[in-house]
Amino acid sequence: MKLVSALLLGMLLVAPAYAVSDPAELLPNRAQELRAEAIGEQLRCLVCQNESVEQSDADLARDLRHIIRQRVVAGDSDQQVVDWMVARYGDFVRLRPPFNVTTLVLWLAPGIALVAGAVAVFIARRRRPVAVAPLNEAERQRLADLLNS
Amino acid sequence: MTPLQRRSLLLAPLGVAAVGGAAFWMLLDRMSEGTYDPHSLPSMLIGKPLPDFSLPGEAGAGFSSADIVAGKRPALVNFFASWCIPCVQEAPVLMQLKQRGTPIWGIAYKDKSHDTDAFLQEHGNPYTRIARDQPGTTAINFGLYGVPETYVVDSTGIVRWRWAGGLSDDVVNQYLNPLLQRLA
Repeated sequence: MKLVSALLLGMLLVAPAYAVSDPAELLPNRAQELRAEAIGEQLRCLVCQNESVEQSDADLARDLRHIIRQRVVAGDSDQQVVDWMVARYGDFVRLRPPFNVTTLVLWLAPGIALVAGAVAVFIARRRRPVAVAPLNEAERQRLADLLNS
Repeated sequence: MTPLQRRSLLLAPLGVAAVGGAAFWMLLDRMSEGTYDPHSLPSMLIGKPLPDFSLPGEAGAGFSSADIVAGKRPALVNFFASWCIPCVQEAPVLMQLKQRGTPIWGIAYKDKSHDTDAFLQEHGNPYTRIARDQPGTTAINFGLYGVPETYVVDSTGIVRWRWAGGLSDDVVNQYLNPLLQRLA
């Protein structure tokens, strides 16, 4: 049991794997490097399309990591770096799509689903057959007679 | 609800499956033709001027974006590499486009000079001029995410069209030729 918990703890402690294979890629300034990593985490690798620029091992992702670091060192704000990427690769490069006309349905989908579900529940409840009226005196008498016979 | 309505309701899932199946079939058909790529992304360059660049080539050749615009006629810009398999497949298609007389500006992406030469020897050289993008920065300014990629630039230097992936006869007949005719 101790071994299992030790193993589980070990798994928790494992840092997320970044594809930065070459330590020379890292910026010497720790704060700048962390900023660059945070920006790269928000950007999609255009080659693999389901990994961030920071995680991907693709050549293009490595080039983009390099550009992010160059721009961070040059003093660009996070937003300026993201905008630079969006100007070339479009909103698709952002792993978190912006809220605009084309992504309206995407962002509102949970709300739409909730409202649709509420409407469905409401309709289903109204359709439910009305409760049967209680027996009147004559019916109760007849039931008693039948049960007793 | 009458029993008939109730029974016809049972057909609804069948109808949905039929429509979905037909759409899926059309999709697969276009994918096999090569006129649809589910991974392709829209280019941000469409309707915008060619990004500024100046790239070296063999023996001081090379070219810049200004050279392409100076041609004052519709042209193709093709990113390729000797290590890229779809580039081999599109090579005969580019040779046919060369026959048509459309200038094709070739940019060798992250390729070694002698590898590019060997590639052109083997598959033919459709290019008006060739430049080298060794660091891949010009490619990133184009929004390139793989090779080959082909861009159509009109006579005023505005990018009109981009195709990511190898050009096939179907793509040329369906999109490229009509566009070049319109721009001519």
